[in-house]
Amino acid sequence: MKPLMEIKNLTTRFYTQDGVVNAVNGISYTLDPGEILGVVGESGCGKSVHALSIMRLIQIPPGEIPAGEVFFGGRDLLKLSEREMRMVRGHEIAMVFQDPMSSLNPVYTVGFQISEALMLHKKMNRSQAKVRAIELLNLVGIPEATKRFDNYPHQFSGGMRQRAMIAMALSCEPKLLIADEPTTALDVTIQAQIINLVIRLQEELGMSVMWITHDLGIVAEMVHRINVMYAGFIIERGFVDDIYNHTLHPYTMGLLGSLPSIDEAPGTKLISIPGLPPDLIALPEGCPFFARCTYRVEQCRQERPQLENAQEAGHTVACWRWREIQGLGVA
Amino acid sequence: MNSENKVLLQVINLKKYFPVSRGLFTNRQTRYVKAVDDVSFEVFDGETLGLVGETGCGKTTVARTILQLYRPTSGNIIFDGIDLTSLAENELRKIRRRMQMIFQDPYASLNPRMTVGNIISAPLDVHTDLGGKEKQDKVQDLLRLVGLNPDFVNRYPHEFSGGQRQRIGIARALALNPDLVICDEPISSLDVSIQAQVVNLLEELQDRLGLTYIFVAHDLSMVRHISDRMVVMYLGKVMELAARNEIYLRPRHPYTRALMSAVPIPNPRKARDRQRILLKGDIPSPLNPPNGCNFNTRCPMAQAICFNTDPEYREIEPRHYVACHFA
Repeated sequence: MKPLMEIKNLTTRFYTQDGVVNAVNGISYTLDPGEILGVVGESGCGKSVHALSIMRLIQIPPGEIPAGEVFFGGRDLLKLSEREMRMVRGHEIAMVFQDPMSSLNPVYTVGFQISEALMLHKKMNRSQAKVRAIELLNLVGIPEATKRFDNYPHQFSGGMRQRAMIAMALSCEPKLLIADEPTTALDVTIQAQIINLVIRLQEELGMSVMWITHDLGIVAEMVHRINVMYAGFIIERGFVDDIYNHTLHPYTMGLLGSLPSIDEAPGTKLISIPGLPPDLIALPEGCPFFARCTYRVEQCRQERPQLENAQEAGHTVACWRWREIQGLGVA
Repeated sequence: MNSENKVLLQVINLKKYFPVSRGLFTNRQTRYVKAVDDVSFEVFDGETLGLVGETGCGKTTVARTILQLYRPTSGNIIFDGIDLTSLAENELRKIRRRMQMIFQDPYASLNPRMTVGNIISAPLDVHTDLGGKEKQDKVQDLLRLVGLNPDFVNRYPHEFSGGQRQRIGIARALALNPDLVICDEPISSLDVSIQAQVVNLLEELQDRLGLTYIFVAHDLSMVRHISDRMVVMYLGKVMELAARNEIYLRPRHPYTRALMSAVPIPNPRKARDRQRILLKGDIPSPLNPPNGCNFNTRCPMAQAICFNTDPEYREIEPRHYVACHFA
C-alpha cells in the first residue's frame, strides 16, 4: 500500500531569549490511508509541534523548520507556497484542537463557521453550504441540527462544541484528520461519545486519523499504530498490541506503569518515572531518556540510539539495550 | 481500613444553593443553582474517600463546604463530634488547622512573590508560636517529607516544575499536622509520569502520618487506585456510595455503570472486549434540573416513575448506598 503521508527527518526549532528550543528532532514515519495513528507523549515531547509543522502552522520566526520533508499526495508540503498550503489546510488535512471554545469564533454562528469552509474549498453557494452543514451537524450527532445551525458557540456545551469542530473539520472530506487532544477538556462520558464518533466516522468515510494525546488509556482501544514521543524524538513505534504487550522502551514501560490497571490488587504501588524530561534547550548528547532510565549504561550517555527494528513487523525502538531488557518491566 | 474505625467526619443532608441574580439592574434573586442538594456521607478515620463526578456535579462545592469556605444553605457537618456549621469564624479557625486542602492548580495556588520557605511556614505563623530556628527546622523537615531538597527554602515557585510545586502545596497542607486533607483534583494538571509520583507520595504520607483523605477528581482510574470507598455524584446529588471494588465490579446505579465503562483501559485487548455504555446528550444545567430523578434525561433505563419521583437514597446492601428506583 502506498502511504498517504511520509515524513522524513522532520525538525522544528524555536529561537527564544534563553536559547534554541529543539522541539522536534528529526522524526521519520509513514501514515497509511485509513490508518488511525496515536501520537503519545507528555507535555513538551513535540507531539503537537510536529502536527503543527505538518500543517505549516508554526510561526516563523521564532520557529524554524530547518530540515525535513512531508510528502503528502505526491508533493512535499514544506516546499509549497503559503497560497498552495491554504488549499491543503482544511481541504486535504483538517485539524481539531484541544479547546473547542477558543477554536470557535464567538461572534459568528456555528453554522456559518462550518459553511465558510464549504464555500471556500468546495465553491458552494450559501444555501448549498447550509444544507451540507446541517447534514454534517446531523452526522456528528447534534440534535435538532436545523435549529442549532443558527446558534452561537456559547449556546453549545463543551461536548457539542467539539462535535461542531469535528463537523467543520470533516466538511471538505479531508484525507487526514489531525485531532490534537480533542477530549482532554471534556468529561469522561462525553469523551467516550467523541471517541466513538471519531471511530464511526473513520469507518464511514475511510479517512486517516492522527490522534495526539498524553493518555495511553484512550488510544489503546481506538488506534492501529502508536508513535511514542519523548523530547522531540520518536522513541518507540509499532502496532498497538505490540506497544502494550511487548513494550520495549523503558520510557514506554514507565508510562504504562504510571497508569493504575483495572484489575490491580489493593495496595499496589504505581511505577513512577523519577525526575523530569530533559531541557529542550540543552539536549543531552546521548539518549534523551538517559537521566531517568533505570537501565542506563555508559553507552547511553555518549551515543544517541536510533530507531531499529524489533522482532515484530513494524515495531521499532530507539534503545541500546532493548534486547536485554525486554520483558523485565521497570524495576 | 477496617469497618470498626471511628467516624471522623459526617456530612448530613448538606445543601448549598447559590442565588442567581436576574437582570442587569435589578437584583432580584429568584433562581438558585442547586450545586449540592441533600448530600449525606461519612468519612472514617484513616481512610481515603474518593469523590467523583463530572463537571458541575458539585464535588468541589462539597469539598469547600466541608471546610466552611462556603457556608451551607442547610445541613450539618460534624467533624470529630463538633458541628462546624454552628461555629463562628474565630472558633472555626482553631478547627481549620486540623483540616487542610491541596488545590488543583499548583501554579495558581502558590504566591509567586513568596519564597517556598514563607509559603510553607505561613500556616505555622497563623496557628503556632514557632519562631526562628524551630520554625526553620520544621519547614526543612516538611520539605524532606515531600521529597524536596531542604535547601530550596529560599527559592521562588517559578523555579519549580508542576510536580514539584504540587509537593510544595502538600508540604504546606501538612505543616499543621492535620487529621483531614481534602485533595481537590491534585493531579489533573500534571503529566502522566508525574501524576504517579504525586499519588505515590500521597499514599506514603497517609501510611506514615495516619492522614484521612477526601480525594476529589474526575479521573476515575486514579481515584479507583487511591480510594477505599467512593462517592459518585451527579448534578448535586449522590448517586451511589460504596467500597471501591463494589463500585467498580458491581455498580448498581446506571450512571455509575456508564461512568465506569467510560474509563479508558490501557490495554488494547481488554479495551476492545469491554462493552461501553454510551450516555446520550449532556449534563442538564444545574439551574434547571429535571423533575424526578436528576439522571432521567440520560438514563438508558428510565421509566415513568423516574420522571415523577425522586428516588430515595438508601442502603441496598450493608454499606452500599444507591439512589435509583431500579437498583
